[in-house]
Amino acid sequence: MTTTELPFPSTGQGLAGVPTADGPQTRKEYTSDQEVRWCPGCGDYAVLAAVQGFLPELGLKRENIVFVSGIGCSSRFPYYLDTYGMHSIHGRAPSIATGIATAREDLSVWVVTGDGDALSIGGNHLIHALRRNVNMTILLFNNRIYGLTKGQYSPTSEPGKITKSTPMGSVDHPFNPVSLALGAEASFVARTIDSDRKHLTAVLSAAAAHRGTSFVEIYQNCPIFNDGAFDAIKDRDTAADAIIPLEHGRAIRFGAPDEDGHGSKGLIRSAAGGVEVALVSEVGLDALLVHDAHNPDPTVAFAISRLTDNGVLHQAPIGIFRSVVRPTYDDQARAQVATATEAAPGDRTDRLAALIGGGDTWTIV
Amino acid sequence: MTKQVKQLDRVIIRFAGDSGDGMQLTGDRFTQETASFGNDLATFPNFPAEIRAPQGTLPGVSSFQVHFADHDILTPGDAPDVLVAMNPAALKANLADLPKGATIIVDTHDFSARNLTKAGYSANPLEDDSLAEFALHTVDLTGMTVEAVKEFGLSRKDAARAKNMFALGLLSWMYGRPTESTIGFLEKRFAKVPDIRDANITAFKAGWYFGETTEAFVVSYEIKPAPMAPGTYRNITGNLALSYGLIAGGVQSGLPVFLGSYPITPASDILHELSKHKSFGITTLQAEDEIAGIGAAIGAAFAGSLGITTTSGPGIALKSEAIGLAVMTELPLIVVDVQRGGPSTGLPTKTEQADLLQAMFGRNGECPVPIVAPQSPGDCFDAAVEAVRIAITYRTPVMLLSDGMLANGSEPWRIPELAELPVIDPNFATEPNKVVTTKDGEEKSEFWPYLRDEETLARPWAVPGTAGLEHRIGGLEKGDGHGNISYDPANHDFMVRTRQAKVDRIAEALPPLVVDDPSGAAKVLVLGWGSTYGPIGAGCRRVRKAGYHVAQVHLRHLNPFPKDLGDILKRYDKVLIPEMNLGQLSLLIRGKYLVDAVGYNQVNGMPLKAAKLADAIGNLVAEAEGIEVNLAAAAAQEAGK
Repeated sequence: MTTTELPFPSTGQGLAGVPTADGPQTRKEYTSDQEVRWCPGCGDYAVLAAVQGFLPELGLKRENIVFVSGIGCSSRFPYYLDTYGMHSIHGRAPSIATGIATAREDLSVWVVTGDGDALSIGGNHLIHALRRNVNMTILLFNNRIYGLTKGQYSPTSEPGKITKSTPMGSVDHPFNPVSLALGAEASFVARTIDSDRKHLTAVLSAAAAHRGTSFVEIYQNCPIFNDGAFDAIKDRDTAADAIIPLEHGRAIRFGAPDEDGHGSKGLIRSAAGGVEVALVSEVGLDALLVHDAHNPDPTVAFAISRLTDNGVLHQAPIGIFRSVVRPTYDDQARAQVATATEAAPGDRTDRLAALIGGGDTWTIV
Repeated sequence: MTKQVKQLDRVIIRFAGDSGDGMQLTGDRFTQETASFGNDLATFPNFPAEIRAPQGTLPGVSSFQVHFADHDILTPGDAPDVLVAMNPAALKANLADLPKGATIIVDTHDFSARNLTKAGYSANPLEDDSLAEFALHTVDLTGMTVEAVKEFGLSRKDAARAKNMFALGLLSWMYGRPTESTIGFLEKRFAKVPDIRDANITAFKAGWYFGETTEAFVVSYEIKPAPMAPGTYRNITGNLALSYGLIAGGVQSGLPVFLGSYPITPASDILHELSKHKSFGITTLQAEDEIAGIGAAIGAAFAGSLGITTTSGPGIALKSEAIGLAVMTELPLIVVDVQRGGPSTGLPTKTEQADLLQAMFGRNGECPVPIVAPQSPGDCFDAAVEAVRIAITYRTPVMLLSDGMLANGSEPWRIPELAELPVIDPNFATEPNKVVTTKDGEEKSEFWPYLRDEETLARPWAVPGTAGLEHRIGGLEKGDGHGNISYDPANHDFMVRTRQAKVDRIAEALPPLVVDDPSGAAKVLVLGWGSTYGPIGAGCRRVRKAGYHVAQVHLRHLNPFPKDLGDILKRYDKVLIPEMNLGQLSLLIRGKYLVDAVGYNQVNGMPLKAAKLADAIGNLVAEAEGIEVNLAAAAAQEAGK
């Protein structure tokens, strides 16, 4: 087998090719006439409100936006947006979105999924979408529990968790979704929180602007089956110690503020090659790790992702872990079709006649 | 020495060797030569699932059978007249299929004690009289090949590899095949390796000259071209014809084509072929698994492409849930199942028709899917176009049921005029289709994705990018018309019945069935589907040739059945349904029409044999007409006239 040089058409602009709206849009235009049917207090409401508020800001033609989902509570999302949408089958949304995004450059494609949908039944499609880098944005609502099937543990639930299907405690080891995405060589990986509208919107903007698969994990509270799973990062008293904020180009600091107004704790490279938490007063400012989301090497981003508790959540990095430009599957696939078509001018019907009439032929008169 | 030329009306040749001996290529070249000569032909490649099974063993034997004639033929033939065996295993594995008096050409080179043992021979069959019933030719094909190509300085191993071309040259002489196409083929194939190219061409020519000069072969044969309907022909395999049909479906509908597929035997060649034709606006995605293949095709269909997924039975099992989604979302989709032996991994390289009920019922819920089946390799083209027509016209997934026999087998194919093909109008929705009155009493235009066409019951296909038609579809039950989620019991009952009615509606536009009942006096009808068309047709001919009456009907549409099928079945006293399964079409026919159909079932991974089938038909004719039927005696009498 041989290889060939591929064209490198990635512009880095996620929305290139998608037509823009003629004028300003409103949140109401994006709200469908369907009654929203999540449980009272569900974190999904906050995300829906943020998305409905954010989409008009994108300024795209509404008819060129497609939301695709799988199965689960979060996957009802497309019904509540007045765009094109498909509520598909369990775990398969990334594959369906791959077809849509590859077939049509002029569409802005979004996948809404959950921890069970994306990481359990649909794990394979998720990693392959990330590997291929198809131009779409995946919103993974992680509530660390199965909601729609009424309260079994999920692939992100903490070990020892007692649920209907694990009365003696779960013995499953959980996935860290951000680590998984980085391991699958995703080009854009972020984490945000349902209740932080400002941060959520900022991350969504960056994700939409990224060309390739943007992966956004959204910590989302399930008030019925896993209430309080993210309290440590939502509670004002504990949030400063729990959230490790990632901002490109800035030293990573958190915890109660030092005299300089920034967190008293920071991340440093550890002797073992990973990343660890240290007191700024002990290690000094120069030792602090400056976040570089554009680093082509995902090693440091991965090391930072490991600072997420996989048990009960007390600490988690939040923000954009990684945002790098690399060729996208759909751009390259379309480029090959375009190249082949340009090289074969003429009417499709004539070319079809030539194709099927090719090879060794003989004529009977 | 004068050589004799004998006239024959038909011959069946089987090339057999190790799976690394190039027997498929040899057979394919002989077939191309035969096709360009103008004989009618049918081929049957038969090879192991292993790429290179242990050398010299029975499981490693690969063979290619070609049947060619000066008249219209239907099958690759039951039993070879000529066997070319490249080693002891190839001889042993195929000997049982040979009738007495058959010609055997053996490459003696590999008949060493070691190879004989590997093939399970305790004594050399070439040296005892175990082959006395046959016309045996022992030739050191390998030795002569190595000698012929020594000027090219190849290693002994590389030189010996050209032995298949020597054998091809010999057989080409024996049957008067034109050689230009094979020489042209070798020049092109090995253009980058001149030594190998020249060695193969030399071996091929050496084989021909050997036939011409040796005293071992005193007779060559002439099989005149077969009369065929006017037109331009080419030889074509089912997978290639099916690929061309899908491309034609894209052209005739004006849609871009999107194939989402995962490699699987014996369907992969369709993926390979479509990947070569991007210039027709074809995108091919080699997906991470079977489910992603169909998922991407459904996504592309939603986005306005002709969505296709190709696979075999195990892949259909994995795609079932997604096929259900396509039924529920009522999107056009082509699902190609090139059937192979099952269940589970089964017999990957062998043929079977045992996925009919899976195609029909293999999903949760009431989930009707139209089914179309080609009947011969060339017919795969028309069947694919028909599947595309149904999918787009009725907004539904369509199952296209090919099989391993059709996929790899080949026949002369009259290249169709494109004007003969249907024009398929995607008829995309472009504007709102419903006026509703709001709470305030105002009239407002809306788009209802499940408001149906009265004639076809198809729903509108509105693709993203169309302003004002934004809508959501999905796997949950839809409310009639507006398409929003509905859990209403009466609505569900209505929608289940409507989805079924839509598929049933396809029958309204189907042409009447062709009933082949030449005498009009038949009491027995043979009903078939798929690749058994050839053996059934050949079986019926034998019965008729012996002076008896039998009718034949072959189904292209398995779901829905054509409207006139019920009446046709009632016209006959007995219905025989031959299938390469345990009676799947029988079950459907008996269930729907309450006809006491008799099954003829064979599930050995091989095509039906016409002679055995003819006996079964004869027995049923005897029963139906209360007469004695003796096909052999009748045929002998006929021959003696």
